[in-house]
Amino acid sequence: MTDLFFYIFAAITLACAFAVVFSRNPVNAAMFLILTFLGMASLFVMLEAYFLAVIQVLVYAGAVVVLFLFIIMLLDVKEESKAKLKPLTLVASVIGFAILLVGVVGITSSDNIKATTETLPEAAGATLKNFGYELFTTYQLPMQVTGFLLLVAMIGVIVLSKRVKTD
Amino acid sequence: MELSDIAIKSIYAVIVVSVLMGFCSYAVLAERKISSWIQGRVGPNRTSLPFISSIPYIGRFLTRLGVFQPIADGAKFLFKEDITPAHVNKLYFTLAPILSLIPALTTVVVVPFGYYENAAGEVVTLVLTDLNVAILFLFAVSSLGVYGIVLAGWSSNSKYPFLGGIRASAQMISYELAMGISVLPVFMWLNAPGTAGTLSLVDVVNSQGGALWYAMWMPGSFLIFVVCIFAETNRLPFDMAESETELVSGFHTEYSSFKFGLFFVGEYAHMLVGSAIVAILFLGGWHPLPFMTWADFGVHGLLAGVLSVGTLIGKLCGFMFFFMWIRWTLPRFRYDQVMKLGWQMLLPASIANLVLYTFIIYFLERP
Amino acid sequence: MAIVVKRKPLNLLEKLYIPEIARGLAVTFRRMLFGETVTLEYPEQRPPIPAGYRGVPTLVRDPEGREKCVSCQLCEFVCPPKAIRITPGEIPEDSEYAHVEKGPKEFDIDMLRCIYCGMCQEVCPEEAIWLQNQYSMSGYSRAEMVNDKTKLYELGGTLPDEHFKWNKKKEAAEHGGGHH
Ligand code: SF4
Ligand code: SF4
Repeated sequence: MTDLFFYIFAAITLACAFAVVFSRNPVNAAMFLILTFLGMASLFVMLEAYFLAVIQVLVYAGAVVVLFLFIIMLLDVKEESKAKLKPLTLVASVIGFAILLVGVVGITSSDNIKATTETLPEAAGATLKNFGYELFTTYQLPMQVTGFLLLVAMIGVIVLSKRVKTD
Repeated sequence: MELSDIAIKSIYAVIVVSVLMGFCSYAVLAERKISSWIQGRVGPNRTSLPFISSIPYIGRFLTRLGVFQPIADGAKFLFKEDITPAHVNKLYFTLAPILSLIPALTTVVVVPFGYYENAAGEVVTLVLTDLNVAILFLFAVSSLGVYGIVLAGWSSNSKYPFLGGIRASAQMISYELAMGISVLPVFMWLNAPGTAGTLSLVDVVNSQGGALWYAMWMPGSFLIFVVCIFAETNRLPFDMAESETELVSGFHTEYSSFKFGLFFVGEYAHMLVGSAIVAILFLGGWHPLPFMTWADFGVHGLLAGVLSVGTLIGKLCGFMFFFMWIRWTLPRFRYDQVMKLGWQMLLPASIANLVLYTFIIYFLERP
Repeated sequence: MAIVVKRKPLNLLEKLYIPEIARGLAVTFRRMLFGETVTLEYPEQRPPIPAGYRGVPTLVRDPEGREKCVSCQLCEFVCPPKAIRITPGEIPEDSEYAHVEKGPKEFDIDMLRCIYCGMCQEVCPEEAIWLQNQYSMSGYSRAEMVNDKTKLYELGGTLPDEHFKWNKKKEAAEHGGGHH
């Protein structure tokens, strides 16, 4: 039963993710993005990580994609015409895909990830308390770094979008 | 989960949703009646049913009160011509009303509405699922409701709905933040050190039994949360997305008959759930008085179930009335004022409130 | 020159906004509980119609029950949207006033055309057509919206008359000589 659900939701997530990339209408893409996030949230639910699932919906589906839609609507993006693939784009995407592949293979073949059926209920993210605890102890550094990165991005946006007085 | 369990849950769910829908239709009636009273009008007072309306006095009284009006309203929404303008995006145009109603109905799942004591004297909470992350679930699902509005605005492919959709999206994002932060003190108090972490609404209500209600000692949180609820449910004075004096009818300008009805019901369902949440988080849920529970009044067993559900529904109706009362008191904000209020006042205020209560709770709980 | 009204600066309590909201809420609440209802419940209660109101054009009779209209067709001619149709006719022989004047055989006013301008009343030499206090005309078909003679007299009723011109006319017709 659980397996069946897993495959269903995984298939939905993947299919929608592909649809995001391939749909030419930006609003369609955004809608598929929501479905992708919802699919991921349901995968989290199946792992009993309700907190992560809910946060996934709240932050990504509920806020980030709304912003996407907002921008799409404001800029009135029309359907994108078929663009020729530039060689640079091709090279970049091949490299990106290769890195992703290496990452995925590296993670799945490492030892930390195997045989977690017993530890599942206590896994990080399973309960709120564990989640918070892990976030502020084990994963403190990555969290801080991520936060710093976001801060840099935010400052960058503010600097870029600030109107420069020309006189 | 057993199959019978699933069956029972499904029946519960159907009952809860149909009760909610019934409440929605009567909320519409209440809205019309209250607005007419405040404006010195009479309100719906004509619709009558055969037999019932002809009972002397009572029938006439009910007709004057407009009790049968929701039936007529519903029938009207069902049978009016459903116009789909030629210039719309058909798929999203049809999807949008559904998307705006579903989240509102889904959020009911985590709303507890009472308790009773079974034969063994155990307290059984009446709730569809007592999720550990209930409040987050609620925020998450209700934040999906904005897609209905945004898509309606976008797919209508004409100017006024479009502006309504844009406004709705900006407004939702601005107020969600302050709303989330404003409830944090409640959960900080709830999750005292040493307890298992919980964001469950049932625990929130239980923690208010025999104690002060949160609205009383966290008035800041209460105020910010209420303002945000108004903004999130798109009610006046925050009905930027609709604002009929500027945008004709905002996002649902192009909608008619049943699809419009779905938006309408969605709005009221949203309001009902919002009121329930306010009652649960800040107004003591099903506890009749501060420092008093029904058990203190000597009420046990099934009677406690009836009374507790009644109390919650009473508080809910009171807050619904407040929604309507505010609607006919405050004029609509300008769009820039809404944004300013959200980002420059409510957000800093909620953060300040959070810091303040962090200290208060720290000193209260210091051993 | 534009008049600039100085706004009173808000004091702190007013700037806080919330006390002011509470005050507003009190006002509306009082209004709800004690305010009187100002609406009329229309079909049962009707608004008082002031004298001189120009409603639906109607035909009137004089106090002796005669139709005043002599079917001169001036109103038909003057009516801007051509709402009036008159078929002139003779007054029947058996009537006391036969040969004195003419009378309309048919008199139709199409209320879907009428613009309530009152020209017909203005132009009528006999003061036979009046815009009176009827204000609500409705029907299920176009045909129903055409007021015929019977309907027009029914709506118009009787209006006082000072001259009783008809009597004089009759007299003149019988004894010869004008009365002017
Ligand atoms: S109503 Fe007056 S104006 Fe019209 S035909 Fe009769 S007498 Fe002439
Ligand atoms: S009121 Fe004006 S429009 Fe109506 S019948 Fe008289 S002249 Fe014609």
